[in-house]
Amino acid sequence: MRRIASFIACLVFLVLSGLSARAQDDEALRGAVAGFATAEGFQQIGAVIDALVVLGDPRATRVLAALGEGDLKVREADGGVFIVRGSAASVRLIDPVNGDTAGEAGGASLKKIRVNNRLRRTVRDAIGALTLTAADPAVRMRAAETLFANPDPDALEAVEAALERETNADVRRGMEVARAASLLLSDRSNAEKSEAVGAVAALGTREALGLLSQFRTGATGALELQAAAAMERIEGSLARWSIAQNFWYGLSLGSVLLLAAIGLAITFGVMGVINMAHGEMVMIGAYTTFAVQEVIRRSAPGLLDWSLPIALPLAFLAAALVGMLIERGVIRFLYGRPLETLLATWGVSLILQQAVRSIFGPSNREVSNPSWMSGAFELGQMMITWNRLYILLFAMAVFAVLLWAMNRTMLGLQMRAVTQNRRMASAMGIRAPWIDAMTFALGSGVAGIAGVALSQIDNVSPNLGQSYIIDSFLVVVFGGVGNLWGTLVGAMSLGVVNKLLEPYAGAVLGKILILVLIIFFIQKRPRGLFALRGRAVEA
Amino acid sequence: MIAARFLQGGLDRRIAVTLALILSVAIFVPVANLLFAPSHPLHVPNYAVALLGKYLNYALLALALDLVWGFCGILSLGHGAFFALGGYAMGMYLMRQIGSRGVYGHPELPDFMVFLNWKELPWYWHGFDQFWFAALMVVAVPGLLAFAFGWFAFRSRVTGVYLSIITQAMTYALMLAFFRNDMGFGGNNGLTDFKDILGVSVQADETRAALFAASAVTLALGVLITAAITGSHFGKLMIAVRDAEARTRFLGYRPERVKLFAFTVSAMMAGVAGALYVPQVGIINPGEFAPANSIELVVWTAVGGRGTIIGPIVGALVVNAGKSWFTGALPELWLFALGGLFVAVTLFMPKGIVGMISRHWPKRSRATDAKVRADAVREQNA
Repeated sequence: MRRIASFIACLVFLVLSGLSARAQDDEALRGAVAGFATAEGFQQIGAVIDALVVLGDPRATRVLAALGEGDLKVREADGGVFIVRGSAASVRLIDPVNGDTAGEAGGASLKKIRVNNRLRRTVRDAIGALTLTAADPAVRMRAAETLFANPDPDALEAVEAALERETNADVRRGMEVARAASLLLSDRSNAEKSEAVGAVAALGTREALGLLSQFRTGATGALELQAAAAMERIEGSLARWSIAQNFWYGLSLGSVLLLAAIGLAITFGVMGVINMAHGEMVMIGAYTTFAVQEVIRRSAPGLLDWSLPIALPLAFLAAALVGMLIERGVIRFLYGRPLETLLATWGVSLILQQAVRSIFGPSNREVSNPSWMSGAFELGQMMITWNRLYILLFAMAVFAVLLWAMNRTMLGLQMRAVTQNRRMASAMGIRAPWIDAMTFALGSGVAGIAGVALSQIDNVSPNLGQSYIIDSFLVVVFGGVGNLWGTLVGAMSLGVVNKLLEPYAGAVLGKILILVLIIFFIQKRPRGLFALRGRAVEA
Repeated sequence: MIAARFLQGGLDRRIAVTLALILSVAIFVPVANLLFAPSHPLHVPNYAVALLGKYLNYALLALALDLVWGFCGILSLGHGAFFALGGYAMGMYLMRQIGSRGVYGHPELPDFMVFLNWKELPWYWHGFDQFWFAALMVVAVPGLLAFAFGWFAFRSRVTGVYLSIITQAMTYALMLAFFRNDMGFGGNNGLTDFKDILGVSVQADETRAALFAASAVTLALGVLITAAITGSHFGKLMIAVRDAEARTRFLGYRPERVKLFAFTVSAMMAGVAGALYVPQVGIINPGEFAPANSIELVVWTAVGGRGTIIGPIVGALVVNAGKSWFTGALPELWLFALGGLFVAVTLFMPKGIVGMISRHWPKRSRATDAKVRADAVREQNA
């Protein structure tokens, strides 16, 4: 009797002793575990297990797991409780509280704490309940998720008990689906199962689908029908989500195309200059980002997260400067001879590529993602990465600013005047050659800031620009020359169509199909989607 | 009919000289390679035969481009595609000639198909074991593609820059397509490891010399055909379309037909050039479709002088000789040189080398007179 009394006193002490401080936790856990040394018979061992559960310390799961495996032993000499590893004559003793090795001992000096089948079940439920009732909501959530991933009818009672006490709404939801999943595999009543099918089906995920199909093979009658209907619903919704995901990929690709093409929409679209070196302006922007990051890494590593905002104006200036030099040095002699401009700027692009290769080397350069751009989040069944989202927003912002600059600023007004009627504009006092240079610099600068964004998702190498030039031209031509909105619609529709085709045709074939479609589209509308109307026989 | 009228009119003196030069090279180089001992000062080493043969194919390709660009004003940035298609047709023939001597020893399937676990030859590979069929395809496939492409493009009046960009899209799409293993053209690696051509080894010195001679003779033929076309009434129409397409249309001609004819003939010539190129370099892969190749080809024509018959030949030889020398001696600087050449030629010598020289060369023939008049018209327009 005295033993039981002291045992109970011990428990009371444990429960009363505060659980907040780590040292106190240790003490409490150690005391509770010590109960195994004094417990006699399965019933008392069961009481100790319950006491551990009440303690709610996740570390107790280790002790319980060892108990279930038969690895929890008592040292006969002093009644110390240890987890034992190794079964030879000499075994390793592990402290049950902190998991450290506590020495070695001869196998004969230890007494195993015996458990029967009923106790094993108690242990298993206790482990589930322990994590389900842990103090930290994150641990509880993880426990619920684990249970959902590996549903276990034996854990039903534990999860139901946890549900009763759960206050956190998120965790509650997690536990409810975990309960439903476990219930499907249990031998509860059909009504409860039917409810559980509904709860699992409402999730709409691939895991729910797997769970239901597993359930369906064992189900009969109305339940089987219900499961089949639920599966069909989930499959339908998954298919819709996958379309939505591809649509998102398409928008993301479209934003990349838009960034690459929008500068070209100015130089080619507004000025009519075929700038084959446009891709190299993007490349210059990307290399500027690389250079900025290198400088920051060396002199002020704390600013690394700010490298992109710092690189943006510099990339604009660098590319705009190079663009202006090209315009003043080469292109201005070739106005009115578009095909010759094409050749000359192609030559310039070769020179720029080789120059970058000579300065920075031929290999890819590492441009790091700032922390606020890495990672991803889930929207329903869609995965959205932050960098793609930021690039989409950035592309839209660039588009908006450019639209504003073209329509609402003095420079934009003069640009449009020179484009529409050069001689009249000159007569009005606009310095047409200066406007040419500024327009070209603007288009090139925009390509430069596109390079900053593209450095985040593409390899920064001397060939960076080459990979965008054909796509950019197609976007501008498809959208309609001389129209920024056309470029936006062109880029987005090409991106989306490409990505929606991909699941059926594959990446390469999809791309080929797009190219063929554009070739045919140009036949139908030689001036693009949004053609400028005019009376000229030949533009 | 064109040819008959052309022969009646007699050869332009410069064309005659060019033809004589090409034909004498066709005889001299193989002879010097085969007959003289390696120590002999007149001996042409094997690598030079292969290299010069390659240049001659490039020259034919440049001439083909000149026919559409220089004479008809269509800047095709996809002519490399026709060249590569001709090359693939020849490559398919050469693959079939390997027979059971491949690594896997399959009597019919090329190695890459055995590797991909294909059980039988795709339908489009049938017939390529016959040389005549392959030779027909070398001309027919590029010709048909150009015809179909031009039929749509010219009828819809896609001109200028737009046409250049969609020709570029065409060769880009073909490149992506040929990179795919499923296409059955060897994917990334293309077609290679050739053994025989017409029953003799591709590697043998005599075969190489014969291929060189064939390249030179074909180039001479190309010159003749181009001269015949451009010297005829039809040639004048081409120039008219180049200089003032709308005016030509208003005069009652059909510019799209003129362009279509020129484009198709040009594509066929490019295909032949590709077919002769493949056995000499021993490989054809999708890289030949790369848009950059087609653009580089434009610069050969521009450097030599577009709108002339000799120009593209000179341009192809000069630029490629320069490329061979630069990539050997100063590989870093080659792209600078090529890029600079693009810029310099367009800025300072829009008529190319031949254009500059011919200012000081007496003009005799009717064809050149017509060109001069056309140029004058164009200058007035501009």
